[in-house]
Amino acid sequence: MQRLAPWLATAAFVAVWWLCVVIFDIKSFVLPSPWEAVKAIYQFRYPLFVHGLATLTTTLVGFAIAVAFGMVLGILVGSSRLAYSALYPLLVGFNSVPKAALVPVLVIWFGAGTVPAVITAFMLSFFPVVANVATAFATIEPELLEVMRSLGASQRDMTLKIGIPRSLPFFFASLKIAITLAFVGSVIAEIVAGNSGIGNVMLIASSNFNIPLVFAALLVVGFMGVGMYAIFDFFERRMTSWSIRGAGAQFAGGG
Amino acid sequence: MTFIQLTNVDLVYGSAGAKEVGGETLAVSSANLNIALGEFLAIVGPSGCGKSTLLKLIAGLVRPNRGSVTVDGLEVTHPLKTVGMAFQNATLLPWRNIRDNVMLPLEIVEPYRSRQKQDREANRDRAETLLGKVGLSGFADRMPWQLSGGMQQRAQLCRALIHEPSILLLDEPFAALDTFTREDLWSVLQELWLFRKCTIILVTHELREAVYLAETVHVMSSRPGRIIKTSSVDIPRPRTLESTFQPDFVDLVHDLRHHISLGKQH
Repeated sequence: MQRLAPWLATAAFVAVWWLCVVIFDIKSFVLPSPWEAVKAIYQFRYPLFVHGLATLTTTLVGFAIAVAFGMVLGILVGSSRLAYSALYPLLVGFNSVPKAALVPVLVIWFGAGTVPAVITAFMLSFFPVVANVATAFATIEPELLEVMRSLGASQRDMTLKIGIPRSLPFFFASLKIAITLAFVGSVIAEIVAGNSGIGNVMLIASSNFNIPLVFAALLVVGFMGVGMYAIFDFFERRMTSWSIRGAGAQFAGGG
Repeated sequence: MTFIQLTNVDLVYGSAGAKEVGGETLAVSSANLNIALGEFLAIVGPSGCGKSTLLKLIAGLVRPNRGSVTVDGLEVTHPLKTVGMAFQNATLLPWRNIRDNVMLPLEIVEPYRSRQKQDREANRDRAETLLGKVGLSGFADRMPWQLSGGMQQRAQLCRALIHEPSILLLDEPFAALDTFTREDLWSVLQELWLFRKCTIILVTHELREAVYLAETVHVMSSRPGRIIKTSSVDIPRPRTLESTFQPDFVDLVHDLRHHISLGKQH
């Protein structure tokens, strides 16, 4: 049942979408039916593939930078109370800025194209990584640090042997959020100032009133997002199985 | 022969290492302790009296505001490396199995650290022998959460002892356990001590535990913690649960109880 649940929920969502279109007799240039969107995917499969790949690349580059940057900053902010109080307000403030509004500025700095999209993807997705890694580091049990210090462990020992392994579940949770935000970032930038990518396809399609294609493009982004999510979920299960006390566990009784 | 010596130690709470001793709350006040090499010592007292702070002072995790702490004749100025510690919470690393948890100190403390690779097999054997001593043979491959609280505490004791520290500091290690498990672990700890003969300092609020295990029991008053009574326990080893019902045992517990009440009014 639990394996089927995501498929059932998705099927229900498509069914509601379809029913709305049929019942309220919505024209396809307002809201296309799922079938029309799927037909559009097939009809425009070549441009959708090429531009989808462009968006995927842009997103992954921005995301990779965000993960590397986020981990380093997260470790720093989480390990040092001074860095925490100094940087956290700045980070929160930065994260509150609507990044879409910055895209035109990025275009002035770097020109239209891939670079603003990579930067937007990065800006949108690094914060959850920083926040989660910092939380993991800041909440290490004080007794554990005392055990380590009483053994003469260096800061590096504590980071490698305690901090990083302990932060892995938090880290993976943040990756799953960050990758979806990275997609949002790169598509927004492509819509505002792109010359390739899914966002660009959507912009051109909507100016031609080809709404089925807009939805087809949205579906493609959605699929890519779910796909990346599934990949991280797989690695999370393999690398942090200790934090998921699932089935197959053996319990030992007695004192 | 004195191994660990505390002389007129003051510690102001919340300002470890600070210079001034003004009108702030004292956690520990003019503490004097002489601990012999290989002694098993217990410190009892009401909660919040600075017992745990005393352990941190000895381990070098905090510095006294006044007075001096010396171990083996040397002033303690930084965290000691010849110390094993165990707490009320087992603090095992949940991502490591029991064997790897026990072997953690060997990855940090010299000379084991630099010999890790070539001694891998020998170290595994050591860990498993030690686990066998506390009744955990066959559990080396389990994850911590698969073990009960008492078993996790046994594993924690092994982790504290694997690098053969000269000092073992125990901060209410059995406080979260039920009575029967706790009494089992008393005999486990006594055996470990008879076998290793390292210096053990046990902080507890359980008087029977202190008398069962220790050679010397110090009573601390409530804050600011000062040592108000020292009793030596002459009950022969190995002590058993039966010993705890003997008149001299009961008298000693009774006497300590009385001094703790005095310390509270203090």
